[in-house]
Amino acid sequence: MSSGQAGYAAGPAAAPGTNAKFETWLWIAQRASAVVLALCVLVHLVTIIYAVRHGLTGAAILGRTRGNGVGLAFYTLYVLAIAVHAPIGLRTLCQEWLGWRAASLNWVVGAVALALFVFGLRAGWAVFA
Amino acid sequence: MNMLQVSVWRGGASGGYRIYEVPRQESQSVLDVVTYIQRHIDPTLSYRFACRVGMCGACAMTVNGVARWTCRTHVSKVVKGNAIQIAPLANLPVIKDLVTDMRGFFDKWARARGQFVSGSGTTRKDDFARVASDSPERVAANAGIECIGCGVCYASCDVVSWNPDYLGPAALNRAWTLVNDVRDGARRERLAAVAGDAGCHACHTHLACSERCPKDIEPTASIAGLKRAVARAALKGEL
Repeated sequence: MSSGQAGYAAGPAAAPGTNAKFETWLWIAQRASAVVLALCVLVHLVTIIYAVRHGLTGAAILGRTRGNGVGLAFYTLYVLAIAVHAPIGLRTLCQEWLGWRAASLNWVVGAVALALFVFGLRAGWAVFA
Repeated sequence: MNMLQVSVWRGGASGGYRIYEVPRQESQSVLDVVTYIQRHIDPTLSYRFACRVGMCGACAMTVNGVARWTCRTHVSKVVKGNAIQIAPLANLPVIKDLVTDMRGFFDKWARARGQFVSGSGTTRKDDFARVASDSPERVAANAGIECIGCGVCYASCDVVSWNPDYLGPAALNRAWTLVNDVRDGARRERLAAVAGDAGCHACHTHLACSERCPKDIEPTASIAGLKRAVARAALKGEL
């Protein structure tokens, strides 16, 4: 606090487990990942609709995705955005709906993020390799 | 005589509604109805009011499920058939009948750093600070400055009902007016105080506070402003 705040009576301490910096960065990360997701979901849906409407077979789709570096890069970005976005939202849901505000929540949500990232990358790799 | 069937909350948190018959009158406010019950039917009824003209904010209650200033609410506006239900404000502990304990509400103003803090280096010998009335900060502060702390927004907020630690629309709106006060010297502490799960980031933008505010303030807009200011501070490493 600066010297200009002499005599400033601070209010009661903030609720436990509330780290302003951490929470704000989570908020920024969720908004930023939402911007990426808006684009990725659109591309993903258009691709699905295109494939279905043109009656592409599984083999024909794999023929286009195998060795396609752009496709792999796109889905890696998509998976990354999901792994950031979804767990933060899940964390908020757990806080608000279950009243779960302990440190254990951060570990569980971190594990969910890791699982989404690993399984998502695995799926992307499966149609690439 | 035309009679109103008035259902009034009696007792503490575990109380119940009791029905009173009150004569219907022209230009009758809900506060008139409550006052009639206390003066003519049951003097043990507890409720709060002071100014009777929408200046003090003491008479806020839940009328037919909606938080309102009872002094500025005409019976004709809210009556259903000839029935009215009057309860204490929601999201606050009931002391007795229509009286709530507002300490938690005001403690949150303190927790949101709702006090003005003089900027560093200024003394009482300095000249008045000059703030242009059309500066963006002054305009933003003006939009929220008329709050009189009645608690209507707080009682209407879903997030407060889910998370008792949530600072609520009024305290966050107060913080936003101070964030826009160019003379203030506690910006950093204030932004840190209003961030997070109990602060501006918990707002779901349901707009109930803005819809119900009797002063037509939009705390939702103030909270959105805080989110932007807090994010900017975090990006600059000033949080």
